[in-house]
Amino acid sequence: MLPDELKVKLREVIAAAESPREKAIDVMFEIQELQGWMSDQAMVEAAELLGMTPLELEELATFYDYIYRSPVGKYVIKVCDSTVCWLEGRRRVVDYIASRLAIPMGGTSADGLFTLLPVCCIGYCDRAPAMVINKRVFGNLTPEKIDRILSQLAKNADFSGSE
Amino acid sequence: MPDYPRVLFKNRKPDRVATLDEYRESGGYQALEKFIGGAISPKEVIRLVSEAGLLGRGGAGFPSGMKWGAVADSSPFPRYLVANADEMEPGTFKDRVLLHADPHCVIEGMILAAYSFSATKAFFFVRPSYESSARILERELENARKAGFLGDRILGTDFSFDIVVHRSGGRYICGEASALLNAIMGKRPNPVKPPPYPTEKGLWGKPTVVNNVETLANVPHILRNGPEWFKSLSAVSHGTGTKIYGISGKVRRPGAVELPMGTKLSEIIDVHCEGMAPGSTFKACLPGGASTRFMTAERYDIPMDFESLKKIGNRLGTAAIMVFDHKTCLVGATLNLMEFFARESCGWCTPCREGLIYMRDLLWRIENGEGKEEYIPNLRMLCKEVWNSYCALAPGAAEPVISLLDFFEDEVRQHISEKGCPFHATADH
Repeated sequence: MLPDELKVKLREVIAAAESPREKAIDVMFEIQELQGWMSDQAMVEAAELLGMTPLELEELATFYDYIYRSPVGKYVIKVCDSTVCWLEGRRRVVDYIASRLAIPMGGTSADGLFTLLPVCCIGYCDRAPAMVINKRVFGNLTPEKIDRILSQLAKNADFSGSE
Repeated sequence: MPDYPRVLFKNRKPDRVATLDEYRESGGYQALEKFIGGAISPKEVIRLVSEAGLLGRGGAGFPSGMKWGAVADSSPFPRYLVANADEMEPGTFKDRVLLHADPHCVIEGMILAAYSFSATKAFFFVRPSYESSARILERELENARKAGFLGDRILGTDFSFDIVVHRSGGRYICGEASALLNAIMGKRPNPVKPPPYPTEKGLWGKPTVVNNVETLANVPHILRNGPEWFKSLSAVSHGTGTKIYGISGKVRRPGAVELPMGTKLSEIIDVHCEGMAPGSTFKACLPGGASTRFMTAERYDIPMDFESLKKIGNRLGTAAIMVFDHKTCLVGATLNLMEFFARESCGWCTPCREGLIYMRDLLWRIENGEGKEEYIPNLRMLCKEVWNSYCALAPGAAEPVISLLDFFEDEVRQHISEKGCPFHATADH
């Protein structure tokens, strides 16, 4: 069940729109912010708020790269696999992260912190190879830089602690 | 380094976003005060922008004034403007750099564009990996509202207009104008085949204009300085204005640079990118994003503008120049592009949904040593067949493939005869 405070907030978001379903992505992003992914239960509740059928919302949820219909880690690492990152060694980046976290592409680390996914061009070709973690972009990746980023995120997760 | 007038990047700082005050000090919001504040007619805005010859910077190069003029005087209200900051084609990042340099230039452009066809609301459509751009824009929109440039009765006139940021869930097809409109309305973003065009029936059946971010950013400058000035910025007589070129790949200094429209490719790479990356020799580039054709070293001196590229059967597209060096396997690069297009196909129509996967499969086989001679004519045939698809995604995807076969057929054949990739051992990829 979605918490009441969240529902209040979502209703406000929806009220600002020309038509409720215009906010479908925003609503799903808000829910993911709290729960990480869109469970079946969340889909039903979100659809109701948006005046859509769960199936109509499913059409969107399964269409977009940044909506997750299965559980993901607290941090979703998406490594760009398009042309310029490919040219600049994205393979090495993926291999390095996969071995550091001991997960395959598509996997989630045992501590539930990290999920590794591919993503198409993120628009940071001038800083290839690049990746995006929960909508924050990191470019010019090297093993040292990846180490720093992942350690910092793991540390932050410890502090926020509740999950 | 040649010293060219900077227009869109005039306020660009190495480490931060230009503020509203800095934009105003450089002449910002003067066009808005003069035109909207001075009640100069919307038609005059369209006339000046048409006379300046501003062509859309999102890839298609459509005349902007004509697009705004296509919203008929008698058409219903409300009317909408959409700024397309989806920018998801591989190699393209110029609009992000522009937004992070001088957001108010884009905001003022949006207000003036909206004024030209009496739009009351705009959506700024932005992709998830540009969340930082979305936040910058939301902050600066608030500053523009406080200054009286946005909201009810702008500068005390009868014109009211506001902009909202619309966050996308992230798919390449959303950059296609009609799919983008479906995305904003919360529908599955499949393209819609015109007519009716969005300028007649767009968002919620109302007139809607979709413009690229860089296109909009040019508008205040054109109105403030006049069409003749804008034309004089171009390096070639058949072009107008400046262009933001986004260069990536095997150059020493990748990035976005604003240069006169029609600056030669050789100058862009040798001077503004400080040449090729150490140890790299130019082999080919895609001149305007992933849906343009490979251009070989033979064209190294070509002026980079809409006309010059059209003349050689290519396209300026978004002027996202991806540079490949002598160590790059172009079969591999084309396979990578086709993986992008096949995955990003919305799946609505058969030629795109099935055709791109088929092309991807043939390229994969060639790259991985399972290629056969007959795949070459097969690929050529598919490049034609995908033109039967519903929108421009699949024909765009065919462009790198057809040029791979036209200019690098030997390299393709070498993969087939040697049963594998000849570059495999030496390249980074």
